[in-house]
Amino acid sequence: MLRYLATRLLRALLTILAVSTFAFAILNLSGDPALLIMSVDAPPEAIEAFRKSWGLDRPMWVQYLHFLDNALHGDLGRSMRDGRDAFTVVWERVPATLALTLPAFLLKIGIGVSAGIFAALHRNAFADRMTMTLSVAGYTMPSFVLGLVLALVFAVNLGWLPSGGYGTVEHAILPVITLSLAGAAVLARFTRSAMIEVLGQPYIRAATAKGLPWRRVITGHALPNAAIPTVTVIGFMIGGLIAGAVVVESVFSWPGVGRLLVVAVANRDLAVVQSILLLIASCMVVANLLVDLTYGWIDPRVRTHRAAGAG
Amino acid sequence: MFGLAPPPILEIAGLTVDFDTGKRIVRAVHGVDLKLGRGEALGLVGESGSGKSVTWMAVMRLLGPRARIGGEILLDGASIPDMPEPAVEKLRGRRMAMIFQDATSALNPVHRIGSQLAEAVRLHRGLSGASARVEARRLLDRVRIANAQQRLDEYPHQLSGGMNQRVMIAMALAGAPDLLIADEPTTALDATIQAQILDLLREIRRDSGMAMVLISHDLGVVAENCDRIAVMYAGRIVEEAPSDALFEDPRHPYTRGLMAALPDLDGPRRALVAIPGTVPEPWSLPPGCSFAPRCPDAVPACAAGVPPLLASGSRRRAACIRVAGADVAAPTRELVW
Amino acid sequence: MTAPLLVADAIERHYEVRRDGLLGKRRSLRAVDGVSFAVPPGRTLGLVGESGCGKSTTAKLVLGLVPLTGGTVRFDGQPVQARHDAAWRRQRRDMQMVYQDPLGALDRRLPVGRQIMEPLAIHRIGTPNGRRDKAMALLEAVGLGASHLGRYPHELSGGQRQRIVLARAMILEPRLLVCDEPVSALDVSIQAQVVNLLGDIQARFGVAYLFISHDLRIVRQVSHEVAVMYLGRIVEQGEPDRLFSQPEHPYTRALVSAIPTARGAKARERILLQGDPPNPVDVPSGCAFRTRCAWAQPLCAERRPELRPLADGTRVACHMTHGDIAARRAA
Repeated sequence: MLRYLATRLLRALLTILAVSTFAFAILNLSGDPALLIMSVDAPPEAIEAFRKSWGLDRPMWVQYLHFLDNALHGDLGRSMRDGRDAFTVVWERVPATLALTLPAFLLKIGIGVSAGIFAALHRNAFADRMTMTLSVAGYTMPSFVLGLVLALVFAVNLGWLPSGGYGTVEHAILPVITLSLAGAAVLARFTRSAMIEVLGQPYIRAATAKGLPWRRVITGHALPNAAIPTVTVIGFMIGGLIAGAVVVESVFSWPGVGRLLVVAVANRDLAVVQSILLLIASCMVVANLLVDLTYGWIDPRVRTHRAAGAG
Repeated sequence: MFGLAPPPILEIAGLTVDFDTGKRIVRAVHGVDLKLGRGEALGLVGESGSGKSVTWMAVMRLLGPRARIGGEILLDGASIPDMPEPAVEKLRGRRMAMIFQDATSALNPVHRIGSQLAEAVRLHRGLSGASARVEARRLLDRVRIANAQQRLDEYPHQLSGGMNQRVMIAMALAGAPDLLIADEPTTALDATIQAQILDLLREIRRDSGMAMVLISHDLGVVAENCDRIAVMYAGRIVEEAPSDALFEDPRHPYTRGLMAALPDLDGPRRALVAIPGTVPEPWSLPPGCSFAPRCPDAVPACAAGVPPLLASGSRRRAACIRVAGADVAAPTRELVW
Repeated sequence: MTAPLLVADAIERHYEVRRDGLLGKRRSLRAVDGVSFAVPPGRTLGLVGESGCGKSTTAKLVLGLVPLTGGTVRFDGQPVQARHDAAWRRQRRDMQMVYQDPLGALDRRLPVGRQIMEPLAIHRIGTPNGRRDKAMALLEAVGLGASHLGRYPHELSGGQRQRIVLARAMILEPRLLVCDEPVSALDVSIQAQVVNLLGDIQARFGVAYLFISHDLRIVRQVSHEVAVMYLGRIVEQGEPDRLFSQPEHPYTRALVSAIPTARGAKARERILLQGDPPNPVDVPSGCAFRTRCAWAQPLCAERRPELRPLADGTRVACHMTHGDIAARRAA
């Protein structure tokens, strides 16, 4: 068991390292921060001075090693826009993002799983087809389209809710709904297949043959088994708690990590981008690890080993 | 014979089962008549498509909404086909129980054995908590599982197929049913384990007086364990007789064909006589007798109509115009003046 | 006495496993633990046993599909090794395998005619037309017609599929066919058809069979010689009628007595074994069967009994049968 954990952790660290290297390389190759932050018609000496002060004149691999060295000491660099510590800049925005993604996460699960179970229990009936059609619509629609449509209807036309900004609960409603619908749609579809597969298993028929009322068969026997694959999918969605709101935050001008990422990339604000990416990668990796552990815990076949003999 | 024989525990009359596949309606069982006495062991033999399992799943109402059940099923006088679902739920496990072919997959993989057994005990005996667990342990001992206490905390995948089948039998016994339907309970098991399980079932029947329906494709298994045997083909019963009589003198050509096609372990080695052709699909049954295309004794009249299941000797029936009721089919020679 | 076609000499297949998860002790799973037999050309050796006895692994060892961890296999005098080189491929032409599940053994996407011809194409034998003719000839030999050439596996019945599998196996005219539960997945009335067909093919092509099954009745029907396996070893081997009517080894006795009879010969004493067979990871010392044997004595734990012949040629691996210990039931 220990060895299992150790290998997973090692892989996790390697993943994070790979992500940060990749990000570093891409950012450096794709544009010059100096030109972007200072305007194009700044005098060349100013641009040179900027470069020098940020160490941009050194070869790339030197910059990278420098970055790694600092990172291991807890210093992820400074934002090129305002000179503050990059990690602090990012960390400040996390609560705002979570204010959207956490409620959306809960809503996703609530709507998605219930819809999936409902569809599976009414398989091939009208209710099922309707739910599945809505679900397809839900996950094929791009989130910015959905967001803009919702904003148009509820903010511009009906005037019930604000179309963007930050501050009150009303500001959060539209972005949370936009965020949750796509995830709910995916979960609905997934839960439905998991339930259908479980309902076709011999032990469901045997449980009915025992004389259990149908409700008890569903809650006591079908759901616990359908939960296994569903929980793993939900676990992966945890990885998106920080990163999942990039588009929605931009559409609704919500000052979270996602929005910061967009701005930082546009400005080639290296340290900030790297901090965000490291944060996201760690989040994903932790989510994966949690899924692995949870899976081993809820499925007894993985947890225990065959003790009896063959035959 | 003194007095009246007690009424049969189960009576099936004209049972039909149709499946609605969406595209068409397919009939899987074409009118089955059976009576099962209390404490009696009935063997049901047939191959795929014979309807041997579907018949009994219909009795237990386990077929789902796509199946349409016609005819009459009386369990101790109570009519099953039109009973509302909650009433059927009360019968399942308590008056009639069923065990299945692959016991390991008939048990819930994420619940412990003890918890699944206790669930049955709570349901049928009204016990709960610790006393339910004690009863579960007693049931495991009853089916001769070694280390019963340890097994209660284990999961189905940790036990062998034979042990899981014992667990299923224990669960079936929890409600002390009058009827146990065993659908190919030993087909997936090794020969020596099969012998153990069949021996266990015999012992339990002896002690409890429970009636049993044993469904199998293995003639030997039903021969040794059942008082009476019914042979099914393409959704109908084609022959029914007491066990000894059936093997001594099989009447229906399909039964005879089966016996000639199966090798024995004893006696001289003889060439196997195969039944030519294959079992017809339920949606394309031949006209008249379903077995006629493969039957060595077929005549043109066989395709004219489905032969009825008629008496053929004492306590025997056969559905073949060449056998049963041959006296009925032949014209009577009346003296005409 | 013609030289045997296939000789297995003390073959072994052990797997190194870890019990109890990642950090458990290393144990040896002895799937096949010292098995020897010979199959004469054109004759059938039946291998019976229950699950875990190692009969399927033996089949794979004999064909060179799985490497040996001990012992040797010789086919026509040449060693069979699980190295996928040219020599091994050449041996493929002479030995083929038939499996239990005909649908799984056939490719769903190809018409069966193509699949029957495929071995010829793989070994580059004949011309496309010649192959087609051969395929048709074989279809006929297995009791099907030319109309079946273009059909797909799912369009055929179980029995027809198994015939196709046989045709495909026979198209290279192998000298040995290893059949692993070839009729177990078929309906009983179809089993007889396929069993008879196997007999016809043997008579016509002179092919030898290694016939593996858990069904004693079928094995008795088709075999010239039968070997009974338990936990990776052969415990009894001999002529089928003799072996099944008068089994010597306690396990064979229990196995034979467990088979239900239809003929009402209920006089046969039923020997019920207790519990489940032990795991091949935990093979008992000495005789593998001693933990379930009613006649076991101390010698059985100390010394592994050898497969030795009795007076009539039947070979048994049991101390009691050979008189090394008294025939006395344990308390």
